[in-house]
Amino acid sequence: MEVKSGQQRQTSSDQLVLDLNEITLRELNNRLRELEDGANVTIENPRGQHSICVGQLKRLNVTVNGHAGYFLGGLCDGPDITVNGSVGVACGENLMRGTIRVHGNASSNGGASAHGGTIIIDGDASSRTGISLKGGTIAVAGDIGHMSAFMAQAGTILVGGNAGYALGDSLYEAVIYVQGSIDSFGADAREEDMTEDDVAKVRELVELTGFDHIDPENVKRVASAKTLYHFDALKGQEY
Amino acid sequence: MASRGQDSAGLVIFSDGIPDGKYRYSIRVTEDQLPQADVKKIVDSLQQELAKALNTEVEVERVRPDGGVFVTTNDVDAVQAELFNIVPDASLVGYGQHMEILKDVGSPADVCNRFEVRDRSGYQAIGHTRMATESAVTIEHSHPFAPNSDLAVVHNGTFSNPFMVRRELAEQGIYTVTDNDTEVAARLIGRELAAGKQMAEALTTVTTTMDGFYTLLVGTADEFAVVRDSFACKPLVVAETDDYVAVASEYVAMVDLPNINDAQIYEPKPEELYIWKSNQDSSDKPVVTSLS
Amino acid sequence: MKPIDKNEHPAVDRTHLAENHTWQPEMISYVQDMARTGLYEIRGGGGKRKVPSFDDLSFLAAAASRYPLEGYREKCTTETVLGTRFAENPIKLDIPVTIAGMSFGALSAQAKEALGRAATHVGTSTTTGDGGMTEEERQASKLLVYQLLPSRYGFNPRDVQRADAIEVVINQGAKPGGGGMLLGQKVSERVAKMRTLPPGIDQRSSSRHPDWTGPDDLTIKIEELREATGWKVPIYVKIGATRVLNDVKLAINAGADVVVVDGMVGGTAATQDVYMEHTGIPTLAAVRLARQAISEMGMDGEVQLMVSGGLRTGADVAKALALGADCVSLGMAVLIAMGMNSKTLEMDGQLYDLSDEYEALGTTADHYHHLHTGLCPAGIATQDPELSKRLDVDTAARRVINYLNALVMELTTLARACGKSSVHNLEPEDLVALTIESAAMAKVPLAGTDWIPGQSF
Repeated sequence: MEVKSGQQRQTSSDQLVLDLNEITLRELNNRLRELEDGANVTIENPRGQHSICVGQLKRLNVTVNGHAGYFLGGLCDGPDITVNGSVGVACGENLMRGTIRVHGNASSNGGASAHGGTIIIDGDASSRTGISLKGGTIAVAGDIGHMSAFMAQAGTILVGGNAGYALGDSLYEAVIYVQGSIDSFGADAREEDMTEDDVAKVRELVELTGFDHIDPENVKRVASAKTLYHFDALKGQEY
Repeated sequence: MASRGQDSAGLVIFSDGIPDGKYRYSIRVTEDQLPQADVKKIVDSLQQELAKALNTEVEVERVRPDGGVFVTTNDVDAVQAELFNIVPDASLVGYGQHMEILKDVGSPADVCNRFEVRDRSGYQAIGHTRMATESAVTIEHSHPFAPNSDLAVVHNGTFSNPFMVRRELAEQGIYTVTDNDTEVAARLIGRELAAGKQMAEALTTVTTTMDGFYTLLVGTADEFAVVRDSFACKPLVVAETDDYVAVASEYVAMVDLPNINDAQIYEPKPEELYIWKSNQDSSDKPVVTSLS
Repeated sequence: MKPIDKNEHPAVDRTHLAENHTWQPEMISYVQDMARTGLYEIRGGGGKRKVPSFDDLSFLAAAASRYPLEGYREKCTTETVLGTRFAENPIKLDIPVTIAGMSFGALSAQAKEALGRAATHVGTSTTTGDGGMTEEERQASKLLVYQLLPSRYGFNPRDVQRADAIEVVINQGAKPGGGGMLLGQKVSERVAKMRTLPPGIDQRSSSRHPDWTGPDDLTIKIEELREATGWKVPIYVKIGATRVLNDVKLAINAGADVVVVDGMVGGTAATQDVYMEHTGIPTLAAVRLARQAISEMGMDGEVQLMVSGGLRTGADVAKALALGADCVSLGMAVLIAMGMNSKTLEMDGQLYDLSDEYEALGTTADHYHHLHTGLCPAGIATQDPELSKRLDVDTAARRVINYLNALVMELTTLARACGKSSVHNLEPEDLVALTIESAAMAKVPLAGTDWIPGQSF
């Protein structure tokens, strides 16, 4: 699936293929760092390895053919990455800019502390998706696991399926839209009325992701009740 | 498979059962890396003396670098007592009709080579590599822990109240041989299963008694179960195909399995019990029981 | 001499005035504050209770059996190299003393800049702290260690690639097991922006990292950081001192180049009093255990040990090095050197008395622990623009340079007195303990004996 609406970059026709059966991870990441903006790269045989395409600051177009391990696209500020497979823990952690599109599932902590960029998961995403999110967008076509958006500070999470328990615990300013059911809300998270702006935002994300099963008029908006913004020990001690 | 620890490794293999009334005993006779001929000498003499002392037939199914796999009466107490009379330094690593256990310190690759794991087969197996957190790096401390016949437990994580549970077990006459937190959980499961509880009940006892972060795998002769604590921070991935079920901390450990690209891959949810029946013809789907 | 009536009792019976050690006046206030507010105490500074410290040790300087070196004349080197295990570019310091991580947010931009300039001048490194890297700090510090904290406030991959080392902070000595607490009054517009938070809210930092849990995951995390930095810069792992033997081994197993161990009296800008006073072990005990862990792993000379938490003088540093540290780091000490807790403030050539301002905070100079309030009269632990202006960067930097120079002279003085031409040749056998507690913790003999409590040989 192509990333739509202005996300495509000007690309050159040269397609560089880097095969992780032939080079080490270290060589791969160093080679990627040497490329210029707009370069097209295909990574073959990721075979679940960790830290593929991390710390990249150029606007590369990277395609990963297969499953990746921890931290795919972590600490990046620029590249557009497409994964034809699933990703392990904390894909796109601390992402600043760029897009990560996963044509599969994502393990836990996806987009942890991402400050920007867009992470799109075509399958399900596991627990703590969007933990500590500080900006940017995470869109999941399927379900997300428990404690997702824990302490999320800013940014947007769109869920096409259902959300696990304790959604949005200790949320700050991040907003979550859920099409399906929510097992439970975490401390200080609550459902709020959708505004026109919310509907427009979700419509824009549906457009971007192609997640047509999501009805922008019919999602739940989850945000912070802001009762934890100021410390109050009388609020009970379990939290 | 070694990315999560190089301290030690262990393996349990469940294979075709031996006749009722007998057990297969995995016995370590030395912690030193002796020449195989020397180990064989000890094993042969143990076989003869054990047979004499127990007044029954004792077979050696396999000689290993650390000792051997013996087959004899399922009177565990008698075997254990005589074993320690004959070889005071020996250790009973595990026993059962189906189970063989090996464990050692060192890198997983070295351990597998040493024990020629490549040539082994069975219908169910669990391998574990260890990065010791609070307890020592010794062979005894390696996983799996096998407190009962045909029961093996491995763990990723750290329990936060193992000492109080260990004391509770000791009051009931159930003692641990190491200060390892996983052994406490293993003995707790062992206690429950020995009392006739079902696997689901036994694991529920673990989740309600033990605190901390854990992903636990439990293997028995006819079942295989996993459970994760409510936070589920320690990773776990399941791959199911028509032919097998594989469970690992990470996908990278399963990447060379046959037809892995066709497998259904998912992560078990927190505080849900996933129990697969071994030797089950109809379906490989687990029975999932929610605790929450 | 006056006769006394046998039946006359003194007006005050001294037995009624016996000091109550359980209910000291501070404790009475503490409990009554909890009763009044329903809150536990949050403050800055660090643990205050008396714990065995480096003060309880003394050097067996040279006499007849050993030969001292001449002070100021004969060479005593202080160069220190950190990160020799995996990094292509280890950190080379002129002195075995670094500046600890203190956040922009907790400290003013001026204070951070002054520390950077001072450190560059004396040839050592500074450390960023929570809230990310400021431009002032990167410009001022020749060697800058970038902290990766659980909160990840302002953490930026571009800054990762312009850092000289990365420090993965598991936690700190003042609050092992807990995160920080920055109260609303310090969350200024700039701090809020750097931390992506609404201004003015009470901000609780997390106690675990968002993207990894446990030492096995840490291995993978460190590898990611190396991949992101091309294996060029050292990776430190900082741990609050609790289960030191286990934790240092795990940090090494996970791939750390440098392990930073922070003792229980280490400072902090704001956290719960109950953490500061009731968690962790003293730095004195932690150094020895950390060195033991490194030795048991066979990593002496390969993995470096940095120690922090309550170090103040050249004597403290010398003793820490003797007990096994390769390097120390100072936090509260450099703030105090800059003028924190000083009764007076020099500004534009005029000396001012700050007594009233300390009093307004309910304290005095010398007892100020109110870093959490952001109202630092010295203009150091504040985000208030007017207070911040009080700290003249040049003056503050000069004070820190003076302090570090004097401290290193103290260090080399002691090393020379023990006959060492390098401060790194100090060893535990150069020390004796003056108390049984410190003898047991530092594992050096009680002075005048060969007795180390708990050791059978």
